Amino acid sequence: MKTETKIGFILLITPLLLWLVLLIIIPHIDMFLVSIRERVGVRQYQSSLANYGTFFEEPLYIWTFVRTATMSILATLITLVIAFPASYYIAKMAKGRTQSVLFLLCLVPFWVSEIVRTFGWMILLRETGLVSSVLQWTGIVSGPVEMLYNDTAIMIGLVYTSMLFMVVPLVTTLESLDDQIIEAAYDLGGSGLSILREVIIPHAAPGIVAGSIVVFMLTLGNYLTPTMLGGKDSLWFTELIYLQFIVRFNWELGAAFGFMLLLLSSIIVWSVLRLTGQTLEKTMG
Amino acid sequence: MTPDLECQHLIKRFGETQAVDDVSFSVPQGSFFSILGPSGCGKTTIMRMIAGFLEPSGGDILIRGKSVLDTPPNKRPVNMVFQHLALFPMMCVADNIGYGLRRQGMAKAEIARRVEEMLHRINLPGLGQRKINELSGGQKQRIAIARCMILNPDVLLLDEPLGALDLKLREHMKIELKALQSEFDTTFVYITHDQSEALVMSDQIAVMNTGRFEQVGSGQELYYNPQTAFVAGFVGESNRWIGRVERIEGREAQVLTENGLTIFSSSQGSSLMTGDQVEIFVRPEAIRLSKKAENLDDLRNRLSGKVVSVLFNGAASNILFQAEEELEPIEVALPQSGEMTNLARGAEVAIGWTTDQARCFKWTDG
Amino acid sequence: MNQKRNLKITALAISATLSAFTVQAQADTLRLLTWGGYAPDNVVEMFEKQTGHTVEVTLSNNEEMIAKLRATGGGGFDLAQPSQDRIAGPQAEFGIYKPIDLSKIDSSQFIPSMLEATKGNTSVDGEVYGVPHVWGTSGLVIDTEKASMVKDYIDLCSDAVAGKVSYRLKRPTLIGFAYSMGMDPFAAYNDEAAYKDIMEKVEAKLIECKPNVKAYWGGGDELMNLLRSGEVVASMAWDTGGWKLNSDMPSITFVAPASGALGWIDTFVLPAKGQADDAAYAWINFVMQPEIAAMITDVAGNFTASKGADEFVSAELKAKYQASFPPEDVDNIKWYPPVPAGLEVLEGSILDRVNAAN
Repeated sequence: MKTETKIGFILLITPLLLWLVLLIIIPHIDMFLVSIRERVGVRQYQSSLANYGTFFEEPLYIWTFVRTATMSILATLITLVIAFPASYYIAKMAKGRTQSVLFLLCLVPFWVSEIVRTFGWMILLRETGLVSSVLQWTGIVSGPVEMLYNDTAIMIGLVYTSMLFMVVPLVTTLESLDDQIIEAAYDLGGSGLSILREVIIPHAAPGIVAGSIVVFMLTLGNYLTPTMLGGKDSLWFTELIYLQFIVRFNWELGAAFGFMLLLLSSIIVWSVLRLTGQTLEKTMG
Repeated sequence: MTPDLECQHLIKRFGETQAVDDVSFSVPQGSFFSILGPSGCGKTTIMRMIAGFLEPSGGDILIRGKSVLDTPPNKRPVNMVFQHLALFPMMCVADNIGYGLRRQGMAKAEIARRVEEMLHRINLPGLGQRKINELSGGQKQRIAIARCMILNPDVLLLDEPLGALDLKLREHMKIELKALQSEFDTTFVYITHDQSEALVMSDQIAVMNTGRFEQVGSGQELYYNPQTAFVAGFVGESNRWIGRVERIEGREAQVLTENGLTIFSSSQGSSLMTGDQVEIFVRPEAIRLSKKAENLDDLRNRLSGKVVSVLFNGAASNILFQAEEELEPIEVALPQSGEMTNLARGAEVAIGWTTDQARCFKWTDG
Repeated sequence: MNQKRNLKITALAISATLSAFTVQAQADTLRLLTWGGYAPDNVVEMFEKQTGHTVEVTLSNNEEMIAKLRATGGGGFDLAQPSQDRIAGPQAEFGIYKPIDLSKIDSSQFIPSMLEATKGNTSVDGEVYGVPHVWGTSGLVIDTEKASMVKDYIDLCSDAVAGKVSYRLKRPTLIGFAYSMGMDPFAAYNDEAAYKDIMEKVEAKLIECKPNVKAYWGGGDELMNLLRSGEVVASMAWDTGGWKLNSDMPSITFVAPASGALGWIDTFVLPAKGQADDAAYAWINFVMQPEIAAMITDVAGNFTASKGADEFVSAELKAKYQASFPPEDVDNIKWYPPVPAGLEVLEGSILDRVNAAN
């Protein structure tokens, strides 16, 4: 009996382990080895931390790194602020059919590929695009306005892409909040704002944290949206990694960048969990 | 003295359905008022209108003489204990109790002092830092009441708060709730579908059916003197017959039931006429039981027959009595005085009851 | 000792069987790593019908081709088409190509001067690694109605076109600007100090010019949109892009800059671990036939190194070419010499600094 369960366990765990080891752990080890390799001549390499040194010496790299992190955090916050009321409406106020229709609407953008979605935004936001034309037609602005190729455009694209990943965990946690608890708080003298702060948000905390982590990671690792919507000053860190790997043939520096990004996201996720008193088990469970 | 709570011609419609149909009542200060009715009778709707979660379609609600219709729930001097208690799981016990005071902007130290005092009053001292999910059902109950009572509401509404408890605890909590009510000396308005809860705790009970109050009165009044067939059937146990009035003599109506049994019953002052369809209710404990038929000579209604079944339930034991094959069995309370303890199935017995114990109401089908 | 030998024999036997197997299977699959338009469907169909081979086309660009081959050590593809200046350097560094057996190529189909130049530029240690296929230039694509004053790369920085300019943040831009500033970067290729000096001047110019730029374009479609919508009136781009737009909007066309267009030649190379060399040689010889080469020119927009293919090219395209390139401009084309290894790191840091500048 005991050996049977053991075999069963091994059978169940094997695919996961294989996936983890072959597709995640081994490539990362390999990446790390590449990142601590320095090219000293044609086909000559030696172990050194020079690549990490380059990262810290070049202001552009540090600046892009910090910028990417800051904008990702900002995008996560904006997504949260927009998604929360929407999720609350879907989970608590909408009933039956409306609820499922609204939920489905959040899913609709994912029926087309990311590149099409991003092109859609480009068409809307460009100088000769729809938004600019409408603004001119209504007389709000006198000349064409360029809304593409800047950080705002990136932000719009990122928030749009991330929305679903915030709405799903939020709706799930908010649905599990008993309506009576909200009524009780109201009955005991709570105002809308205080109920939000003391009852709804603490209850939804696992969902908020889970959604934020997912959105943050997706945003930080996004390549297409920042490259396509961003302007001449809008560098994204993944762009630098691409640049090093593909354009500059500098795998060593690219791998070091990759590791810095991994480190950054790990630190930020860890500190968010610590700050909010959540655990990974609670939020992902 | 102005009553704590007064409802005047309260009406609530949901689309076509009239959930609450012109209900008026008033609850005197410091009393325990229950609304008793089957599920769907509209009692929860009344409670939610008093709490402010629903707006009445008509009528008025006054608390201490002032209309509260324009006051939002968080400003009404009314608090509510919810069916599932709705304690805040994200807060500790002390924060739950102190929630309302915090919302009033009271100083922290003062809140802490009052919460501690409240915990003493509900016999849970030192539990302030516990998490809600670490409490027993009875403790949660007390916290839920304390959380409201700390705000000194004029009226405390309780929405079937005992429903989720097991039987033993429920019996215990009935007594405790009553004790808490007299301890706080606050008006409680309690809604339930469980007549025993209402009867044990209440000063006044309103029996509600299909959006209307059938009768308002003390437990005794409802039990011994039901004014409508619904109340007679809903409150307490009853044997029920349907029949036709054969003859009326003063307040006594002679009724022939569908199965051919003749019952002399009291017409309750309502104007009955010969030929009317009626319902008759006789409580099991109002029926006298004897081994000898001659002992019951002074009773207007008398039957002889056999014990078909003994339904032993301690103090609340009954027997099923059947006079003749074609008649339906009658439930009769088993006296606990001793002489009937050895009564077994098949035993020959006689039963009887007075005219006044048999209540007769005009029967309207449906 | 004995064991080792046995192992070796087994290994040989296995590889012999395997190669026998591949030789036997006459109909090979040719995995072609190329640019958009270089392997049009109709050409692929004709080739497959004629030779029995099947062709799998993967579209890419210079950098991605090299990155892909580098990741597999030269495997995964049987024929690739990087530009001629991107062969010697990566080969020395990563060893991702294998030498071309010139005897298997029908050299009579090639324009001799172009074949010789490519052979020279793609040689490493005496072995030839590439033969030419498609060639073209990059220069200026301008809206002649709104930006006729733009005659050279450096004019992109003039106030007349402020905010309506686009170019790539890549090495051709550095080279082009260097030429239009009166310097000769190709001559300084083997003198790192001199090259660095040139690049720093270009860097200063590009930073100064940055406010003029609407966006640095990344993909051809992006630039087409910018030009077509009129948001950009002058840009640095490939000749074909300008000619394509010219068919829709006559005012937009390709102009060879005063300091000379930059000439590139895309080649055929064999990846180091390619498995269908015969099919690859067959493909090269097939597409270099003048009629076939003209079919490719019609789709890709660029001319090929196939001798005599010009006759078969559409008159419309020829006219556009002649309008953009008067004879003296053809002579002025600056052909990319092979990029010495390590130079790209220097250019990379220049581009980074331009990118970071405000």
